[in-house]
Amino acid sequence: MKKGDRFFKFITLSPIVIYTSLLILLPLIYIFFLSFCKNDSYGGIIYDFTLSNYIAIFDITYLNIFVKSSLIAFIATFICICISYPFALILRERSENLQNLMTKLIMIPFLTNSLIRTYGWIVLLRKNGIVNSILITSGLIENPLSLMYNNLGIIIGMSYTLLPFMVLPVCSSVFKIDNTLIEAARDLGAKPWAIFKKIIIPETISGVFNGSLMVFIPAIGYFFISDILGGGKAMIIGNLIKNQFLTARNWPFGSAISIFLIIITFFLVWIYRKLGGKLDDLGGM
Amino acid sequence: MKTIVRLENVSKSFEKDKYVINNLSLDVYEGEFLTLLGSSGCGKTTILRMISGLEHVTDGKVYIDDKDVTELDPTKREVNTIFQNFALFPHMTVFENVSFGLRMKKVSKKEIESRVKKVLKLVELDGYEDRYPSQLSGGQQQRVAIARGIVMNPKVLLLDESLASLDLKLKRMMQIELKKIQRKLGITFIYVTHDQDEALTMSDRIIIIEKGVIKQEGSPQEIYQNPNSTFVADFIGESNLLTSTIDKINDTTIDVKFDNKIFVVNREEEDNIGDKVYLMIRPENVLVSNKEINNSSKGIIKTLVYDGAVTKLFVDTEGDFDLKVNVQGNTNYKEGDTLYIAVENKNIVPIREKKNEKRR
Repeated sequence: MKKGDRFFKFITLSPIVIYTSLLILLPLIYIFFLSFCKNDSYGGIIYDFTLSNYIAIFDITYLNIFVKSSLIAFIATFICICISYPFALILRERSENLQNLMTKLIMIPFLTNSLIRTYGWIVLLRKNGIVNSILITSGLIENPLSLMYNNLGIIIGMSYTLLPFMVLPVCSSVFKIDNTLIEAARDLGAKPWAIFKKIIIPETISGVFNGSLMVFIPAIGYFFISDILGGGKAMIIGNLIKNQFLTARNWPFGSAISIFLIIITFFLVWIYRKLGGKLDDLGGM
Repeated sequence: MKTIVRLENVSKSFEKDKYVINNLSLDVYEGEFLTLLGSSGCGKTTILRMISGLEHVTDGKVYIDDKDVTELDPTKREVNTIFQNFALFPHMTVFENVSFGLRMKKVSKKEIESRVKKVLKLVELDGYEDRYPSQLSGGQQQRVAIARGIVMNPKVLLLDESLASLDLKLKRMMQIELKKIQRKLGITFIYVTHDQDEALTMSDRIIIIEKGVIKQEGSPQEIYQNPNSTFVADFIGESNLLTSTIDKINDTTIDVKFDNKIFVVNREEEDNIGDKVYLMIRPENVLVSNKEINNSSKGIIKTLVYDGAVTKLFVDTEGDFDLKVNVQGNTNYKEGDTLYIAVENKNIVPIREKKNEKRR
């Protein structure tokens, strides 16, 4: 490598290196360090090595929260898949212009702050909100449904907020399917359902995995959605961490949960890589 | 001969009033190797897709084995297609690819196994059952695609430029292979190509299509020796096309005048004195000599191209016309040499461009 090239590389890369190390890597190391410390009853930190924070996570109360968060995230991911697949499959047969327009329409609301959009859902979902009014006026129900301040509210909010992270990878993998594969399957006598099962799913599974990862991981941690639409009653991991830092002022325990969450995330990525790797061998990518 | 596929006044338009295929009728006979030959965009692939059902006809009828299938879904037609890019399912093994159609038809497992085995043996791919398409060479992928089609025992196998993506040597090999397989199975093959070599090598019958219209049909020999239009003469093989006028009309022949020489060719009903007639002469039918011979023209070799089996001469004649001449093997001629060229009457093919035929 020439000297000039190296200098150029250094200049162009240094902002991102400084940014990530100062604002992501250093805090992460600090949190990792904190997770092994004790706290005093006034919210201070005693720099004394302990594993008690990690042991505390395995308390049944916290394990319940982990299981519930994962379940909510899983359902939200599933809902996103159920919306994205038909969307992508229908759009696949349409013109490229329409494809671009529709994917952009999905993106546009996400230019607005997600906190504000989540507040918007209150107008729709509350007891005398728009959804309930429509259902009551149309005579479908007599008493308003509880659509928020419960797990349902969180799931609705998560699915909505994270939908684009599913739609985009699913669309890109569905649009990429070679049309002659589908024609070949038809030519060999495959009916629509068989084509979906035998051709479309295997050909797009990597995109779906990709999207699932992008939805599932944030869904575990998005505390503001469960704060607003769950009414603060329902606790997910994100809330738990936030509370430890801001309310209970137990920074070491909060740090330990954060590290634990990071480990779970890495585990999921590892599974994905494993599956993705296998898919590669199959030629599924 | 029994007709296996019949297209009756078929038309196809993708946009309103813009016809790719206009009122085309075509009979395909059982057991023949038929080639639809034409340049790209002439509509030959569309014809194939209308037979397979992947494309609906805008107008007209399609019959397969005397059954009207015009409205029948491709899943129910007893024809199979080999696609240009092979369209093998990348996530399936060779066995799964080849057995796909049989599995869709709910054929018993035992029968699937024996049929797939038999067909893989036929295309010389036994032992490759568990490979994925990405692990195969182009020629092997091609053979998997063929196996996937013929395992279904279709009444007709449709091949859409199936050899186009192979390199030249493999292509030559597969041409012969394909012909062999077709003879062995006795299945009707309809092959679409823009490659005239391929068409001449493999076909029992060639149909030349231009702009959605059939220009000529016949055996490879007929089409090569007696093209009925300048388009076909130009499209198939190399040719010299010389413009002459009718000088005299005899009982069964006409005298045409070209370069102040008289040639005698067959007469047709509507010939009139003074009409324009193209004379088609294949380069290999031109005689060359160092001495003046009967009815010969003098010329100078402008360019000489050595091409292995033949040497191609581009001769600039005194009569103000250029002629392509192929000489077998090596010659002593050099560029700039003077020589005499002549053509026997029987090697001159008269072509009359029909006046009422509109060239679109």
